[in-house]
Amino acid sequence: MSFLEAARFAFRTIRAQKLKSFFSLIGVLIGVTFLIAVVSVVQGMNRYMVDRFANALIGANTFELRQRPSILTDDVTEDVWREWRRRPRISYDDADYVRERIRTPATFAKFCSDRVNVSYAGKVAKDVDLVGTEETYFRIRNYEITAGRTFTAQEVRAAVPVLVVGSELADKLIPKLDPIGKTVQIGGLPYRVIGVIAKQGTLFGISLDKFAVMPFNAPGRRLICPINILDALIVRADDPTQMQRAQAEAEAAMRARRQLKPDQANNFAFQTAEGALSTWQKISRILFLALPGLVAISLVVGGIVIMNIMLMAVSERTREIGIRKALGARRRDILAQFVVEAAALSSAGAVLGIGLGLVLAWVVKAFTPLPAAVAPWSVAVGVVLGVTVGVAAGVYPASRASRLDPIVALRAE
Amino acid sequence: MTGVIRIRELTRAYEMGTERILALRGVTLDIARNEYVAIMGPSGSGKSTMMNLLGCLDTPTSGEYWLNGEEVSRLSDDALARVRNREIGFVFQTFNLLPRATALHNVELPLVYAGAGGRERRERGLEALDRVGLADRVHHRPNELSGGQRQRVAIARALVNRPSILLADEPTGNLDSVTSEEIMRVFADLHQGGQTVIMVTHEPDIAAHAERTVVLRDGRVESDRRTRVPDAFTRAADPESLAASAAAR
Repeated sequence: MSFLEAARFAFRTIRAQKLKSFFSLIGVLIGVTFLIAVVSVVQGMNRYMVDRFANALIGANTFELRQRPSILTDDVTEDVWREWRRRPRISYDDADYVRERIRTPATFAKFCSDRVNVSYAGKVAKDVDLVGTEETYFRIRNYEITAGRTFTAQEVRAAVPVLVVGSELADKLIPKLDPIGKTVQIGGLPYRVIGVIAKQGTLFGISLDKFAVMPFNAPGRRLICPINILDALIVRADDPTQMQRAQAEAEAAMRARRQLKPDQANNFAFQTAEGALSTWQKISRILFLALPGLVAISLVVGGIVIMNIMLMAVSERTREIGIRKALGARRRDILAQFVVEAAALSSAGAVLGIGLGLVLAWVVKAFTPLPAAVAPWSVAVGVVLGVTVGVAAGVYPASRASRLDPIVALRAE
Repeated sequence: MTGVIRIRELTRAYEMGTERILALRGVTLDIARNEYVAIMGPSGSGKSTMMNLLGCLDTPTSGEYWLNGEEVSRLSDDALARVRNREIGFVFQTFNLLPRATALHNVELPLVYAGAGGRERRERGLEALDRVGLADRVHHRPNELSGGQRQRVAIARALVNRPSILLADEPTGNLDSVTSEEIMRVFADLHQGGQTVIMVTHEPDIAAHAERTVVLRDGRVESDRRTRVPDAFTRAADPESLAASAAAR
């Protein structure tokens, strides 16, 4: 008897007992649903964290030299926090010193930022992120300019009070008008808007477009940083290797400048996209470690259910087995029939589980801010697991069926 | 006539706890091609054991069983399955059809295990159903058929692989007398067409349709007569068949 025949017998039986078949494959269904849904959501989160969170806040191949980490992903103890606050801050001179000593080709930008109020024609936009920086900042961040222009090196050197604004700030503060050339007020000082940055979207529901960028030493810089002090020196290299080299060079330069002895720890910090992701990566690693366990449990349960159903089927269908044997079925024909039947049940569970998992992932994507990206490998794993569980669960009942004595089996009721 | 069955000193013992029960105590029997044989005997005579051995569902404790020129008494399980598939067509008292399968699927089943392709199975299945007069019932399930029709499906299934012997175990045991006669006519037709038929029964008037009657008692052949009327079991003798068997003698 061919595999095709066995499959045909199996599907005929499953079709004849739809409800019973459905209940018997529910364990596998749940296991595979879980697998697909969790992998999809975690993968989606991964992509989201890398694309949006890390790259929106820091950027690829970029590190920031700071007094202390700005993105806190782990719990920080009181002592550590106190130590961070005692550290010297990054000065303009520190930034220039380090910049001169990094040999690896890289782009640099001094960086300082804080929340300020921006007003125009009697309207006030509160809690706007005001960034003081250099002309290179736009390139480091890959900002696209939709109207006007960015400021130039000359304007930075001359500390001209010009602003490049985020799209939301432009729309809210200066609605229905061309913002270019308008003068807005920050801390009582006038700034001329010279450009608008393309929409960046949101991160966890928070707008990334409510911000403005000005030359770091423009008037009013006191609003965001003390004189001569920076939040960070941003360094962007061309690729991850170069970034690491540049970071090592920056570390050596800073340690030399701060005259740290070999046994002394850095009294400055580097912030990278990877570092910002570390907590998330920890979470996703735990999920991926726990996932096989959880899936395995439901698959084992599902397998046991199928094995029981098959054992029941064998005793219910003893007579059928006797008839088949009398008509010339060999042991392996009976074995194949029941194994294929179990595998078909389990695979049907896996296929339904994949469908349900995809639906769940889609629901998560549609109704929560969490993204979902279906991983093709998880679908493949689902199918393979389904077949494997079925075969494993079917072998024992099938071998019992195949060893039945046809005379005894024919006499069964 | 060449012998299709050649049995020599066949015994079959069963272990019942510590006891050893001899169901067959040395049976020797030859059946020629195209014979129509009834095997009779009271319960406990070894009739069922004989039927199981003839059908290659069981193997003897000792003795020889040659079926169609092949010694089958020492074959493995799978080899016996092949012999059952190719050489033997079973007809059971309880029909033993697969309840969820249509008449055609039931009839095709031996061909599946013979490895025949789908088209050939269908053609031969339809042909076998046509032979038993069920050409218009091929897609019915057993529960949509009468008892006589079910038994005819079973006969079609038994015939589909063109077996050396048609082996019927109380084929009319679950049928009323009118339907029984109908089934006996089918057997007679098949016999007329050259089929070797062996029928195990305890009903004399059913056995009377055969041309030879072997009576078993206590695991031995008590009598073996070429007759249409096995006298030992006849209650009311039928003058016509008596005359016929007298003529045959």
